[in-house]
Amino acid sequence: MNRVLEAVGRHGRDRRRLLSILHEVQAGHPGNYLCPEDLAAAASALGMAVSEIRSIASFYTMFSFRPRGRHLVRVCESPPCHVMGATGVLEELRRVLGVREGETTADGMFTLEASSCLGLCGVAPAMMIDGESFGNLTPEGIRSVIDRFRARAEKERGAR
Amino acid sequence: MKRKVMAQVLVGIDADSVLAGARRFKTVLVGELARRSLAGAVEVSETGPVGPVGPGVSLVVYPRGEVYAGLEEPEIPLFVEEVLVKGRSWDRKLVPAGKAGRGPAPAPADSRRRQHYGRIVLENCGLIDPGDIHEYIGRDGYRALGEALSGSTPGGVIEKIEKAGLRGRGGAGFPTALKWRYTAAGQGEKVLICNADEGEPGTFKDRLIMEGDPHRVVEGMALAAFAIGARTGYIYIRGEYGLSLERLGKAVSDARSAGLLGRDIFGSGFDLDIELRLGAGSYVCGEETALINSMEGCRGEPRLKPPFPAESGFLGRPTCVNNVETLANVPPIVLRGPEWFRAFGTPGTPGTKVYTILGHVRRPGLVEVPMGTSLREIIFDYGGGVFPGDFKMAHLGGTAGDIMSREALDLPLAFETLQEAGHNLGSGAVLVMNESVGLPDFLACCLRFFRHESCGHCTPCRIGCRRLHESFVRLARGRGYEDELATIAGLAAGLKETAFCPMGQSVAAPIESALRYFRPELEAGVEPGRKRPRRRERGFRPAGMPGAGRT
Repeated sequence: MNRVLEAVGRHGRDRRRLLSILHEVQAGHPGNYLCPEDLAAAASALGMAVSEIRSIASFYTMFSFRPRGRHLVRVCESPPCHVMGATGVLEELRRVLGVREGETTADGMFTLEASSCLGLCGVAPAMMIDGESFGNLTPEGIRSVIDRFRARAEKERGAR
Repeated sequence: MKRKVMAQVLVGIDADSVLAGARRFKTVLVGELARRSLAGAVEVSETGPVGPVGPGVSLVVYPRGEVYAGLEEPEIPLFVEEVLVKGRSWDRKLVPAGKAGRGPAPAPADSRRRQHYGRIVLENCGLIDPGDIHEYIGRDGYRALGEALSGSTPGGVIEKIEKAGLRGRGGAGFPTALKWRYTAAGQGEKVLICNADEGEPGTFKDRLIMEGDPHRVVEGMALAAFAIGARTGYIYIRGEYGLSLERLGKAVSDARSAGLLGRDIFGSGFDLDIELRLGAGSYVCGEETALINSMEGCRGEPRLKPPFPAESGFLGRPTCVNNVETLANVPPIVLRGPEWFRAFGTPGTPGTKVYTILGHVRRPGLVEVPMGTSLREIIFDYGGGVFPGDFKMAHLGGTAGDIMSREALDLPLAFETLQEAGHNLGSGAVLVMNESVGLPDFLACCLRFFRHESCGHCTPCRIGCRRLHESFVRLARGRGYEDELATIAGLAAGLKETAFCPMGQSVAAPIESALRYFRPELEAGVEPGRKRPRRRERGFRPAGMPGAGRT
């Protein structure tokens, strides 16, 4: 609730700033998604209907209405990555994480998403975990990328 | 006493090299130099992308201007020893001159239209530290703006761009000066928008321009805003471009502190401020009216034209939307004049084009070449040739572009020459494919993209992309219906004729070019004698209702 008021405070009660506000609200939610309470709070703060906000947010792939893991794994499945072997990479990710696209691992660590072009085609096939890019992926290398990321993320969590 | 700087090392920093460990590489390099007491003698700084030199960490070493690529951390002591201490060229990782797209390229066989080499848009990329406004200013940065504001008029700037013949680099090739004139003639407060929502798969030229030379974009925007009479500029940047956002944000705030943005710039009475807006993941928002809707906080669906944005755009104001690469061309044209610009490229499309070379090539990456350069030169001279295997096809201009066969390799790439040949230049992506790629499977992937990104506003695109995707999936499995190709051609033509926005219309491009060049391969996906099931009136009678399931 507070994160909605903070974001609205930063951007103003201006419905044109809705996307920026939603970006911040979503990033501030521990579940990395737009929860119904936040949507309702944003609606009342901006003088909009909840349905209107849902209609707008659902248009954009970066917003989610379902809780997601702490880290978002986005695999590019656009043509340039496809011809360089993205299908095998995605299959291996499903196997290593034990989830399908749109699902979250049981420990709440990762959500797997298939994505349109990430602009990393020079190092195709590519993926992003949160804001970090990974390229020249091979199915064989996926497990070590995920393991290293998991180890680092757990260390950082421990440090906090 | 400060020691004289003997050498300068520029580490190429972009999203690709960062993931190869460029930032850590720089830290270790600085450490190694300090260990050898060379810290004062060798200056290490960051720059943007170095050029199409292959994967890994790349460096430029001055004063000799040598480019090194594919460096790894354990090699640092040896590199320092050879190159910086002994002053030798280190052949093992040295990129041959000309290959990095800088300096004179090897003389081509056909020099008729290619007397001029060198770069326009990327002239500073890989040479300057994008985070330092002084380095941009040191290379004539903001001089064009200063001269225009003190000695020229908005009309004068538009005239220069018109004489230079600059055409929009976003894909459509619309004359930039004409767009500016229309906007300038509109009623009320004008708005300038820089379209940095680069979503066309295979295209990342704008990202590299923004990462490598952000002030050039800011200066280009300032000149455009002056020309059309706008006091507010926006950069609409896609949500995935973290480093671009960071660098542009810094460039805008540094320009503001230096008095190059804000009130009364250069004492001319011209005011301009630039704001950044973040996209949220939508391909169709690259279309200008959809982008404007998104900036107003709405669903990013396209608007009906007319009225064109030049008349009524953002908040109903006259609005000009220009692509990043287009704006990056503006400062050098204003500074050096239209004649200089016209020396590059073809008469119909002067200037250069930035291409991203990817797929099955030896050296994927970014290259800037004069308009009129052929696919063959781009793939074989700059991209280092097809690897692995042999050339089968190239997808030109992104997913919404044309699929080119071997016979199209020698076409000069410029807006007018391609139009004559029934093709489009598109966004600058060159996706090279070898024989391992099956065309039906590739098109199924393209259509999956369109099906996902179709905004749903109009029926031809919403339903058409879905049906086309299903068709190509069937063909890829060798299970196509016997009328599959006719259906595909009909749907593609229907999209081209009736889709609401240019994005939907362009879905036909890869399909029609594939039918033109590779029809037999598509036909091979048809299962002989397989009939399309007769249409059932599904959807009208829910299961359990009388008549459900009957034809």
